[in-house]
Amino acid sequence: MAKKVLKEHIINKDWCKGCGICVFFCPKNVLELDKEGKVFASRPKDCICCKQCELMCPDFAIEIEVQ
Amino acid sequence: MAFKDYIRERFFPHIWCPGCGHGMVLKGMLKAVEKLGIDKNNIVMVSGIGCSARITGYVDFHTLHTIHGRALAFATGVKISRPELCLIVPMGDGDALAIGGNHFIHACRRNIDITAVIMNNRIYGMTGGQYSPLSGIGKYASTAPYSTIENKFDIVKLAETAGASFVARTTTYHIREMIDILCMAISNKGFSVVEIFSQCPTYFGRKNELKTPTDMLNYFKDNTTPIGSKVKEANPELIERGVFINSSMPEYCEEYDKIVAKAKKNTEV
Ligand SMILES: Cc1ncc(C[n+]2csc(CCOP(=O)(O)OP(=O)(O)O)c2C)c(N)n1
Ligand code: SF4
Ligand code: SF4
Ligand code: SF4
Repeated sequence: MAKKVLKEHIINKDWCKGCGICVFFCPKNVLELDKEGKVFASRPKDCICCKQCELMCPDFAIEIEVQ
Repeated sequence: MAFKDYIRERFFPHIWCPGCGHGMVLKGMLKAVEKLGIDKNNIVMVSGIGCSARITGYVDFHTLHTIHGRALAFATGVKISRPELCLIVPMGDGDALAIGGNHFIHACRRNIDITAVIMNNRIYGMTGGQYSPLSGIGKYASTAPYSTIENKFDIVKLAETAGASFVARTTTYHIREMIDILCMAISNKGFSVVEIFSQCPTYFGRKNELKTPTDMLNYFKDNTTPIGSKVKEANPELIERGVFINSSMPEYCEEYDKIVAKAKKNTEV
């Protein structure tokens, strides 16, 4: 299977509640919470597009778009 | 259809607390329905009262938000009158097994084609963290400041004994497994029970030293194991996950149709 390449993390800041689930369970440590407690991709280059964050987010606030 | 087409986006962000497992159960259910390719107009979701029961507000199916503990009674009425529709009933552990315990066992016994999803957070979330019949011994709750002394139900054993034709257990941590199990449960022609451990970080977690949603998810990971695994032999305390019962049994609506046909035949002669 061809390796998936990240286009972008689509983050809905209005829906993100900063629970930290995606940050903790990302296998590549790509995500962090900002000063407002909302998620952002601090190391997008490390993302392997596994979509674990997208699957686990209880708030439907993060999606992975691949190229 | 993309699974986001199954939600009522206008009601988001949803009301659940940060990290509440109920949002993960919602996602699992939508993914299961998407996988099965069921038309959203053919699904009826019926719920009672509780944080868990609020789930019906967020899905773009036919929905009924009814009264505490009685969702299965309403769902039975819908199913009997429109047996071609797919019925899904999400319930909290209190909703399903405290106030709703009697409806629950009788729905199992009838084997009516409904999928009951028990979002088990072992506490009454909505009303402020009172202990539930699923809390178990030695847990803290707003009504048990010195810890609980009551045994808990085993939902799987209860459903199995009461006669459900599909019985399974999973957790929000195991969301991929949850999606597969929900697909099987919805496909089963009969009463299906899926117990899903769901985290309530606000009450159960805070009172029982599971400080973050992540701690609670890790607790589900560390304290459960697939049915029949080797690790269970070494550590009998582990709770088994997976499908316990998946059997073909006479379904209530089909049997009812047969009775109607029989009665009609008798009146003809
Ligand atoms: C007849 C009736 N009795 C009591 C209540 C109060 N009440 C509302 S929700 C609830 C329990 C909620 O717990 P659970 O079903 O486990 O769902 P959760 O909120 O934890 O998801 C109770 C006792 C009610 N609404 N109606
Ligand atoms: S899991 Fe969702 S709500 Fe929680 S921090 Fe990540 S994006 Fe935000
Ligand atoms: S897709 Fe996987 S690697 Fe990328 S941010 Fe999400 S969890 Fe991390
Ligand atoms: S009180 Fe508990 S069950 Fe209710 S929304 Fe908050 S975390 Fe979820």
